[in-house]
Amino acid sequence: MYKILEKQAFSDVTKLMVIEAPHVAQKAKAGQFIIVRIDEQGERIPLTIADYDSKAGTITIIFQEVGQSTMHLGSLKPGDMLATFVGPLGHPTEIENFGTVICMGGGVGIAPIYPIARSLKQAGNTVISIIGARSKDLLFWEDKMRAVSDELHICTDDGSYGRKSLVTDPLKEILQANSGEDKNSVAKVWAIGPAIMMKFVSLTTKPFNVPTIVSLNTIMIDGTGMCGGCRVLLDEGAKFVCVDGPEFDGHKVDWTSLLSRLQFYREEEKTAVDHWKHTCNLEKAIVDGGK
Amino acid sequence: MPNQDPGIRSANFEEVALGYTEETARKEAERCLQCKKPACTEGCPVGVLIPQFILALREGNMTKAVEAMKAKNNLPAICGRVCPQEVQCEGKCILGKKGEPVAIGRLERFVGDFELAQRTCPLVSAPATGKKIAVVGTGPAGLTCAVDLAREGHKVTMFESLHGPGGVLVYGIPEFRLPKGVVFGEINYAVECLGIDIRTDHVVGRSVSLNELLGDYDAVFLGTGAGLPSFMRIPGINLNGVMSANEFLTRVNLMKGYLFPQYSTPVKAGKKVAVIGGGNVAMDSARCSARIQALQAKQTNGGRGEVHIVYRRSKDELPARMEEVHHAEEEGIIFDLLTNPVEIIGDSSGKVVGIRCIRMELGEPDASGRRKPVPIAGSEFDMEVDTVIMALGTSPNPLVFVDADGLERTKHGTAVADAESGRTRKQRVWAGGDVVTGAATVISAMGAGKRAAADMHKYLKSEAPW
Repeated sequence: MYKILEKQAFSDVTKLMVIEAPHVAQKAKAGQFIIVRIDEQGERIPLTIADYDSKAGTITIIFQEVGQSTMHLGSLKPGDMLATFVGPLGHPTEIENFGTVICMGGGVGIAPIYPIARSLKQAGNTVISIIGARSKDLLFWEDKMRAVSDELHICTDDGSYGRKSLVTDPLKEILQANSGEDKNSVAKVWAIGPAIMMKFVSLTTKPFNVPTIVSLNTIMIDGTGMCGGCRVLLDEGAKFVCVDGPEFDGHKVDWTSLLSRLQFYREEEKTAVDHWKHTCNLEKAIVDGGK
Repeated sequence: MPNQDPGIRSANFEEVALGYTEETARKEAERCLQCKKPACTEGCPVGVLIPQFILALREGNMTKAVEAMKAKNNLPAICGRVCPQEVQCEGKCILGKKGEPVAIGRLERFVGDFELAQRTCPLVSAPATGKKIAVVGTGPAGLTCAVDLAREGHKVTMFESLHGPGGVLVYGIPEFRLPKGVVFGEINYAVECLGIDIRTDHVVGRSVSLNELLGDYDAVFLGTGAGLPSFMRIPGINLNGVMSANEFLTRVNLMKGYLFPQYSTPVKAGKKVAVIGGGNVAMDSARCSARIQALQAKQTNGGRGEVHIVYRRSKDELPARMEEVHHAEEEGIIFDLLTNPVEIIGDSSGKVVGIRCIRMELGEPDASGRRKPVPIAGSEFDMEVDTVIMALGTSPNPLVFVDADGLERTKHGTAVADAESGRTRKQRVWAGGDVVTGAATVISAMGAGKRAAADMHKYLKSEAPW
């Protein structure tokens, strides 16, 4: 069992948790993920590592309540225990001094882009960061991102904070400004966020020929290469996100297939949420009735 | 042995084979000839003392029967259910030459179940040796190895990547063939008796590497199985509705998807399922699909749907146990033999709507000795299906080879290890089971775990240097 040590709510739906998991923390690196399962009935859900502290033996996760499992997770409190916490899984981000790099985080993707930006900064890169969300209340860690970035751009879809635009707008401008005769002085772009955002970031960088790394969060069960549910189509064929990724060359990903696979259990997700809400209401009614 | 009625059992996940009563078990035990040179024992990969346990059973001395059993086999309730006895002990039984062999597997199960409930003969450890051993993987190979070494007095720690022990016994084999309660019962019993430590959620190769384990332990056994699924190299493999048998079975078995939404992991079996392959895993996938369909039909008051096994050779070549094929047929699974998919067809939303197949005929024998299936030109046809489950075999997971220099691999991805001792090319590392042989049986993995444990014990006692 793994203890929840801290919890912070960035918004009604975006939550941070610090989990006591020394066996994961001692090995964790930027770019890797964990799998969490709440209890005996729970499903195994992959979440990218937002931060880690090997001395304290802790892992920080940030998640958005989008389905039954994340809603359940979000309802837990410090001191509560998690049944399963596995990791670190996947390959870490390849960190070296590339020169000038762009780190992009969309929504809850701001969490995993942070340790990558930090590691890139520590390795001597000039780090330009672009973070965005639908609205101001879904943004977080502006201060932390600013601390590891040479330049920070903030966008919201509705203009409630920062610039009213998609993250691809400033990206395009920066790439244009850095375009030389035959090459771009931006060496590499990392993008983490909703699949649709990563798709459009990849489409934006493609004409500039700037290598673009995306971190995919697909449906998976074991996270160790066993189920193959996470497979993604690349130019060279199918790969497993859990063991071959989670980072891939965004220009090679078949986004249509990826987006369609993410939708496969949509109906079941709705059923699970209804079941969860129904159970919660029942429990509440029992507690209220007992008063 | 009585079975649940096919019509009823194909709509539930409860065990198919109902097991002997004391009376029927004793009656079956009476049939044993008590051969002086028991061929049955020779046919057993772990050499179970079969005539001895059957004699004790016949005499009504259950404690003695359990003792005789556990001298060689620590997990009888499991083996009694999943061993291919027809090609092992029962295949060698003298009675089988003229009629029915003694039902050794069923008797083994009876003794195993008795002991799980009664605990008459707890396993005991020899005095502590002070040696520390890491066993990677908690499936049949690892469990057998761990128990044997712990009985010799070594301190054993097991590492498991999933959230519970058992490996393929839990994620792969369905509840109706091998109830989880039996697996956990056997494991807990052994672990409690012998003080074995099981660390779940530890992925060797990620959370901790083999080289690191060698720093902390005197010897390491790798029993990581063959968990990596294979997909056919045909168009449409990434469509929604195509999955590996591993994914489907893990959703059903390990995650208890058939209890969704009480359990949170969903599992889909459409109205028309095609399972590609003809082994035991294909039978398990087909029979689970039929059950999921039946449960979903109950909820929606709809029809039950169809499940097809699509296999490129003929019935005689099916690699599955005959009993499993028979059970599948009884449960209404449709066999499309001499048929091979060439393409999976999807709709505009990326969902499977069918498979294009080609008819096959049998040609000359191939390397496996079986007649090679050859496509019949121009015989393509389309089958309307909404779910495709690939049960085409598995290979070892490569993660354990990360930071494990010197641990050699074959081109099939299996670990190179001596078949007798289990020694790999890396010092102080042994391996056995599917990680060495590729996907095989539970009992052959247990046999390998047992042989490795014996060699590891000799090595640790300095009787057999590396």
